[in-house]
Amino acid sequence: MDAQGRGGRAGRAAGAVSGPALAVRGLTKSFGGLLVTARVDLAVEEGERRLIIGPNGAGKTTLFNLVTGELRPDEGTVTLLGRDITRVPGRRRAHLGISRTYQIITLFPRDTLLRNVTLSLLGRSPLRWNPLVRLERQGALIARAREALARVGLEHLAERPLAQTSYGERRRVEIAMALAQNPRVLLLDEPFAGLSIEERRDVLHLVTRIPRNVTVVMIEHDMDVALDFAERITVLHFGHVVVEGTRGEVVAHPRTREIYLGE
Amino acid sequence: MSRLALALGVVILATVPLWVSGTFYVNIASQILLYAIFALGVNVLTGYAGLATLGHAGLFGIAAYTAAKLLTAGYAHTVAVLGALAMTLIAGALFAILALRGTGLGFVMITVALGQIVWGVAYRWLSITNGDNGISVTTRPTPFGLSLATPPRFYWATLVLFLAVVAVTAMFVASPFGASVRGTRDQPRRMNALGYHVWMIRFLAFLLSAIWTGVAGVLYLYYNQFVSPQAVALTASAEALLMVIAGGSGTLLGPVVGAALVVVMKNVASGYIERWNFLLGAIFVAIVVFMPEGLVPGAARLWRRATVAWTPRAAVAAPGGRPAP
Repeated sequence: MDAQGRGGRAGRAAGAVSGPALAVRGLTKSFGGLLVTARVDLAVEEGERRLIIGPNGAGKTTLFNLVTGELRPDEGTVTLLGRDITRVPGRRRAHLGISRTYQIITLFPRDTLLRNVTLSLLGRSPLRWNPLVRLERQGALIARAREALARVGLEHLAERPLAQTSYGERRRVEIAMALAQNPRVLLLDEPFAGLSIEERRDVLHLVTRIPRNVTVVMIEHDMDVALDFAERITVLHFGHVVVEGTRGEVVAHPRTREIYLGE
Repeated sequence: MSRLALALGVVILATVPLWVSGTFYVNIASQILLYAIFALGVNVLTGYAGLATLGHAGLFGIAAYTAAKLLTAGYAHTVAVLGALAMTLIAGALFAILALRGTGLGFVMITVALGQIVWGVAYRWLSITNGDNGISVTTRPTPFGLSLATPPRFYWATLVLFLAVVAVTAMFVASPFGASVRGTRDQPRRMNALGYHVWMIRFLAFLLSAIWTGVAGVLYLYYNQFVSPQAVALTASAEALLMVIAGGSGTLLGPVVGAALVVVMKNVASGYIERWNFLLGAIFVAIVVFMPEGLVPGAARLWRRATVAWTPRAAVAAPGGRPAP
């Protein structure tokens, strides 16, 4: 109920916004003398599927960390649905509609899958401050958590502790948690990393089914898997945007081939 | 089953003065309960929020000293108790603001420093704290007209408070806020990305921890009718932390068992062995080696293993009966 209400408001807000869902302008970040993000400009339209590729150390994850507020940029701005969020703390950005997954799985190993997803839902609910009710009795919240698990095909493992699940299942829990928050912009950091071929297919299937009112930005080191998913591709190299364009343009671009194949 | 065990536990605790012979042991039971409240307070922070503290004796002492000062100044018990709790809460908030600048070892070091400041004041600021001679109070309160002068009555009063603290802690643990606190312990970075205010959650956990510590500190004052810098010493903070770790941090029952262990060792074993500290140390080493998770979770683990071993195979194979691989 609560989720629908929020979704409705967000839907109207989306109508009012003209321009990109997520825009980054002149974003710069360096660690000591190392420039990891160099005046990056990026504009991702509503509902777009964007792939960000680049070799190791290209600054892909740093870019995500700047967008989610885990890092503060040295220069530049981040705009979400037309609102400048550069100075907004990371925790507030989750409430404004940014969700992410992590390249290195960052879940709650002692808890069940259901509790993991419940924590994700709780993060956007005022209930998270409530010390006076039993979490187990929050039927509506838990039903939504089960729904989110069902969305990634893990409903049958809801009561299992995360520590007893496979790596591929954990990746799907990551995605379930991100989706449970009803994000407007979803950032997926290498969702295929370390997965078997079948698991990759499962995750890809899952990602392609994400509804169009969610804008998806995906980092992927391995271009082959994610290519079908992407509409536009941005190639990062040493913190710079080297190439940006449609799938066909980027694949055909000589710079992409140079960076990826060392030609 | 668990309700029955709970009821049985309460009945046993409530009847302690009836079947325990001698006021000595009734007093020890009171001490166990008051230190259990202290340990439950430390556990909120250390066990559930994942922030080990070595400065809580400072808060414990602030509660005891504030109540003692108010009583010697002629205020009523109600004023003294409420004043002490308010003071502990304020001090706890201050401690939290300073200590939460760090986590892990940084947090521990700041709590040590804060605890030592309180100890320094207790020991050296003679005009306020009377230094090493401490402060004595002559009377115990008489809630609802009931005198708490005798050991059994004081025990029962402590028991009521203890049960209240356990009940509220249990409610906190099972609540959404409790889940938030444990989340910040396990994955602070993730919690922030999920929209949680990690600092504020830790701050509030610190305040709850401070309140329990304040309750224990006031009980300590009334139990001994005396407070001296010894109550505020670093060793007192360490003891509280050891109670939590030995019993099982992040469990409801663990700190209670840990408190019982330390208090019994201190009071009973010291009657037989002069070097009781040595014995306590040896027990802690044994716990860390054989049950690193603490006595309560460790015993639960052994119990599960034993019941699985003694159950016929067919029953073991039933869903849920199989142990984790």
